[in-house]
Amino acid sequence: MLLPFKGLESALILFAGLALGLTAIFLIGKLRIPTAAWNTIPSAASRYKTPLIISLATLFTVCPLMVNNYYTDVLIMAGIYAILAIGLNVIVGFTGLLNLGFAAFYACGAYTYALLNTKLGLGFWVCLPISALFTSCVGFLLAVPAMRLRGDYLAIVTLGFGEIMHLILNNWDSLTHGPNGITGIAPPMIADTSLSDLRYFYYLVLIILLLSLMVIRRVELSRFGRAWKAIKENEIAASSVGINTMKYKLFAFAFGSFWAGIAGILFAAKMQFVSPESFTFIESVLILSMVILGGLGNTYGAVLGAFLLVLLPEVLREVQLYRMLVLGIGLVLLMRFRPQGLLGIR
Amino acid sequence: MFFQQLINGLTLGSVYAIIALGYTMVYGILELINFAHGEIYMLGAYLGIILLAFFTASGLTEQSLLLSLILTSVLSALFCAMYGFTMEKVAYRPLRNAPRLSPLISAIGVSIFLQNYVMLTQGATDKVFPLQLGETVITFQDVRMTVTQVSIIAVSALMMLTLRLFISRTRIGKAMRATSQDKIMAALVGIDVDTIISVTFVIGAVLAAVAGVMVAVYYGLVNYTIGYIAGIKAFTAAVLGGIGSIRGAMLGGIVLGLMESMGAAYVSTEYKDAFAFVILIVILLIKPSGIFGTDLPDKV
Repeated sequence: MLLPFKGLESALILFAGLALGLTAIFLIGKLRIPTAAWNTIPSAASRYKTPLIISLATLFTVCPLMVNNYYTDVLIMAGIYAILAIGLNVIVGFTGLLNLGFAAFYACGAYTYALLNTKLGLGFWVCLPISALFTSCVGFLLAVPAMRLRGDYLAIVTLGFGEIMHLILNNWDSLTHGPNGITGIAPPMIADTSLSDLRYFYYLVLIILLLSLMVIRRVELSRFGRAWKAIKENEIAASSVGINTMKYKLFAFAFGSFWAGIAGILFAAKMQFVSPESFTFIESVLILSMVILGGLGNTYGAVLGAFLLVLLPEVLREVQLYRMLVLGIGLVLLMRFRPQGLLGIR
Repeated sequence: MFFQQLINGLTLGSVYAIIALGYTMVYGILELINFAHGEIYMLGAYLGIILLAFFTASGLTEQSLLLSLILTSVLSALFCAMYGFTMEKVAYRPLRNAPRLSPLISAIGVSIFLQNYVMLTQGATDKVFPLQLGETVITFQDVRMTVTQVSIIAVSALMMLTLRLFISRTRIGKAMRATSQDKIMAALVGIDVDTIISVTFVIGAVLAAVAGVMVAVYYGLVNYTIGYIAGIKAFTAAVLGGIGSIRGAMLGGIVLGLMESMGAAYVSTEYKDAFAFVILIVILLIKPSGIFGTDLPDKV
């Protein structure tokens, strides 16, 4: 690739190269990929459900015993992103409300714990419900006015909210210490044992992820889940069969944000440090990409997407630098060839 | 102080207005928020720097500064027009009949791609403009106005006027208006809708490229992130004026620029970037259709 050149003279050639590249992508765009093979993945997954679950459960239980600390760390991050992705999936996937500021809710959960812990000395377990509920309330309060808007406008308002949150975290020095962030956040404790050891923390994240999966699956299959999917399909039709669309949309926002709060507190407790750096627009896009890659509206897909997008760059270490570049192209190609994601069925 | 901020705001606002035109035209026809439009503006600014460096090295700038600036703008606009054209073909045209979410996500993908491409090729640090314009300052009482500021306002006004005439007087402009009203009817009366959409993207990209060159000259430095922030602000301007409306985008841009420079001067500099977002959210909540927009009811 021509990428590493940085001189001004070579830049012209590079831009010309990019134009050529785009034309090439355009020509590739004329290709068609047979979709039949793709569509067997979800049905195969449901056919071999029990062996799949058992092998996955075993794999993830013994995983930290086999890999070194670095990869345990990566797996923990994958778990935290999985919780974020299934939370966002409730809002975008089930209900069809595009949220481009999800990192703001993530930040909300993380900073709530960081502040309560460092200023008031509250522990992890007390803060877990407080953070989650507070984030949920923030989501609800943002949604109340924002729900009057349709489609794209809602996306822009959530994006604006994310930026405002980022600016506040960066500039409210007396509370958040600005760009320096908050240090010295306590790790979770169980009966005087600190969970700061990565292996213990891994199991904590794994258990919370499994619990959240269970809860979200239950809600998805309940009256709420059905109402959300009806709203996503056609809002007017949904309201004409007696669904209070406003109520369910607000609930989707609050419920989805709840999981961002959980993920946020886990992140703060793991890093023992939070700073606005971790909660930018790119972070929101990354979480959204996980949901889209896995398949909008598919809870397991969101988990798969999160693991893929966290683990792949680690495995392909050489492309680390080009991660976001590839993500960008990936989103375009995904929308072109498989808009329903890996595990989605159209 | 007040008049000084008025001039600064007007300069900033006319740049926002030009970028906002690209958003509003595309939204008017495709109902798509073209997320990557800000990146086109960023590319325009980078190309401006690269081309000016080239012209300075080849000695043209010393002979005629004006000529090299004009050449820079024209070439940058040409190149960005190619980008706009290709972008629409690659990322949006195949998704014409897809669910509404798909093109939006595709647009975000293009935006991230272009941003990171420029970051990787040009470096993550600020690039400084190679040219020191001998800043002639026009002083009127205690208000300072640089020649750059005056030319930005003048060029923007000229471009907006040209665009207005183009849209209201020419055949293509008429076809564009027809397409934005109803794509199917436009196709029925013999308008090639795909070409018109391409033309819209090209015009938007040309405007954004010129805005990019002007901003690069004005601030003297560019960075790969400028496209994202400017894009959001220009979109705010488009919404403020009523998205889909050409004169709305112009007015919205100028109002936003004024509000921002007044806000930075009288309220808080740290939260300068937050004003646009707050204004955006407030307008969307109070009057989503903007100043010149019309309310459209949900269709079944």
